[in-house]
Amino acid sequence: MNAAALSGASGRRRRPVDAEPARLRRSRRPYSRSRPRRSPLLTAVTGLGLVYTLVPLAWLVINATKSQQGLFDSFGLWFADDVVLVDNIRDTLGYDDGIFLRWLLNTLLYVVLGAGGATALAVLGGYGLAMFDFPGRRAVLAVVLGAVAVPGTALAVPTFLMFSRIGLTNTPWAVIVPSLVSPFGLYLMWIFAGDAVPTELLEAARVDGVGEVRTFLRISLPLLAPGIVTVLLFTTVATWNNYFLPLIMLKNPDWYPLTLGLDAWNDQARTAGGEAVFNLVITASLLTILPLIAAFLLLQRFWQSGLAAGSVKE
Amino acid sequence: MTTKPGRCALLRVAALVGVLTLPLAACSDGDDPSSTTTADPTAVDTTAALKAGGTLTVWAWEPTLEQVVADLETAYPEVDVQLVNAGTGNDQYTALQNAISAGKGVPDVAQIEYYALPQFALGESLTDLTGLGAASLDSTFTPGPWASVRSGGKVYGLPMDSGPMALFYNKELLDKHGLRVPTTWAEFLTTARALHAADPEAYITNDTGDAGFTTSLIWQAGGRPYRVDGTKVTVNLQDEGSLAVADTWQKLIDEDLLAPIGSWSDEWYQGLGNGTIAMLATGAWMPANLESGVPAGKGRWRVAPLPQWKAGADVSAENGGSSLAIPAAGTNKALAYAFLEYATVGAGVKARIGAGAFPATQADLTSAAFLNSPFAYFGGQRANQVFAHSASTVGSGWSYLPFQVYANSIFKDTVGAAYVSDTSLKDGLKAWQDASISYGREQGFTVD
Repeated sequence: MNAAALSGASGRRRRPVDAEPARLRRSRRPYSRSRPRRSPLLTAVTGLGLVYTLVPLAWLVINATKSQQGLFDSFGLWFADDVVLVDNIRDTLGYDDGIFLRWLLNTLLYVVLGAGGATALAVLGGYGLAMFDFPGRRAVLAVVLGAVAVPGTALAVPTFLMFSRIGLTNTPWAVIVPSLVSPFGLYLMWIFAGDAVPTELLEAARVDGVGEVRTFLRISLPLLAPGIVTVLLFTTVATWNNYFLPLIMLKNPDWYPLTLGLDAWNDQARTAGGEAVFNLVITASLLTILPLIAAFLLLQRFWQSGLAAGSVKE
Repeated sequence: MTTKPGRCALLRVAALVGVLTLPLAACSDGDDPSSTTTADPTAVDTTAALKAGGTLTVWAWEPTLEQVVADLETAYPEVDVQLVNAGTGNDQYTALQNAISAGKGVPDVAQIEYYALPQFALGESLTDLTGLGAASLDSTFTPGPWASVRSGGKVYGLPMDSGPMALFYNKELLDKHGLRVPTTWAEFLTTARALHAADPEAYITNDTGDAGFTTSLIWQAGGRPYRVDGTKVTVNLQDEGSLAVADTWQKLIDEDLLAPIGSWSDEWYQGLGNGTIAMLATGAWMPANLESGVPAGKGRWRVAPLPQWKAGADVSAENGGSSLAIPAAGTNKALAYAFLEYATVGAGVKARIGAGAFPATQADLTSAAFLNSPFAYFGGQRANQVFAHSASTVGSGWSYLPFQVYANSIFKDTVGAAYVSDTSLKDGLKAWQDASISYGREQGFTVD
């Protein structure tokens, strides 16, 4: 606010020099953070991007307030005559003996153990790879980069056959164990740790006689916090939204995550004799993304500083 | 669903070829003692099996089975049934085929639709139920479903429900435009023209190409495109019945008289409620879907017999419906069979009818209580009379391919072209026939 007011005032004071050629004036008054360069075209493109991102969300919120009949009768991007959001939420939570809550708890379990575990492993591995030089480190880098390139979906069927041999399919472990592996998280932590933890600091700690474990816990870990949160967000989103892996691993609806559960509800409308519950599917979808939105809002400042890390060379 | 058909097909190919090349090994490997390969097969004492109890895993998506399982567990506390929804239709077949290939996690009982049953039966993946007691069930079920579960003197499943076809129509919409319910498919065509002319928003029905629907129409028209004798298969989608269907449907497509809405989509439910789709020729299981998915249609819809291909004829066909089968790799087959009987012949049938399922049992289809129960959704009409009559007039001698699941999956690529391009329906059917034949040959069948 203040900066804008100031620049406005200074602009007024400098009015006489406006007669100068535009090229010169531009060179004298560089665009700054408080007086950003404005481009109508870029603004329009960004605006389109914003609309493109927000319309599905708005659609979801609006349609979660409609009854099944209301969904069919009313315009998609505006409210129906009767707003029944509360009824929908109550029906969603109560449908089929409250199976939605069970699916929510399952998803939380998979996220806490799977994404949490993946983050822990990525932090330990990435830190070790960044801080300690050992023979074969480049080979590890090659393997990790290669693993990043292979989509998890492609590995799902071989993983299924392997797990089926061990007898782990149709158990929560079938979802948790593969979720523990996050090559991208490992790579991110590796690069981040290399930038965020100065080797001088570690050497100083070693000179003072601090053990490696204590150094990691007391000195490095706090420095790594932004990176850890970033990896945690990535793995959380990946596990929360994971569909294909649980789809082929799990058969028992009691162990479904939300993604599979919602799909099962949606499929009821495609089944002879099934009960169509479009309104519950939409309301449940809204409830499903709320925790993710909350996680992003709570963790975004860590996320931002994590993204900026290493961008400036001191 | 993100399951790639390519991969499923591949797994299925592997499984099927593996089984086909080693038929003898597969037979002699029947290591389950209860599958009674002895000279005198004794039927399972189902009551004793249920009283003795045990655990069963049942893969099924049929919603009314939940009630059946609850009732059964109350009546026989020693029985513990794990009812698992492993996906609807194709998804479940992929999962089942995977489990059979892996040799692990195969359920004790699986729901399999009639069109998919030959595929699993021929792969020796299912238990022959004749020895377990199914031999005594002749004339228990209506002819269509009972023929669908039998092959080569063996019984591969017990019919759980059936889909004798009927014409569901929006009476209010027809009355508004002064139209009558068509009794032949020729009248159906003229009604379609009149309706669309009177209200450009309204269509006689929706169709974007659906294998199950097309084969059912061919079935009713007297076509028998698939003939199966062991591994000898004939595919002829250019026979008289098939061409009769193609001829009428070609006109409906050419004149844009079909709503371009896929069945089971949101738009479909919406169209059934708001008067965009005036009629549906489909199976008798439809009322439950109408009640839950199209609440706006309550009191407006009625049921009529399926239009005929020849005026004055009285022939029907089945659309959909599924059986309960016992995978060969399942354990505790005596209890599994007892469950099958309970759900398809015994007390389970009543519970399922109560929940809106359409039975396949003669006794229920002829009972006065069933025939006379009014449907509030259809304005109090005793719709079961229409359905039951349809069930008794289903054309005989129909069979599906032993690789119908695959064949149906390529319907859109072949016949589907007729709905969206200049390809004629006749050519589309020919393309489907050719693709089915070449796939069958790749699988080791003798096809012509």
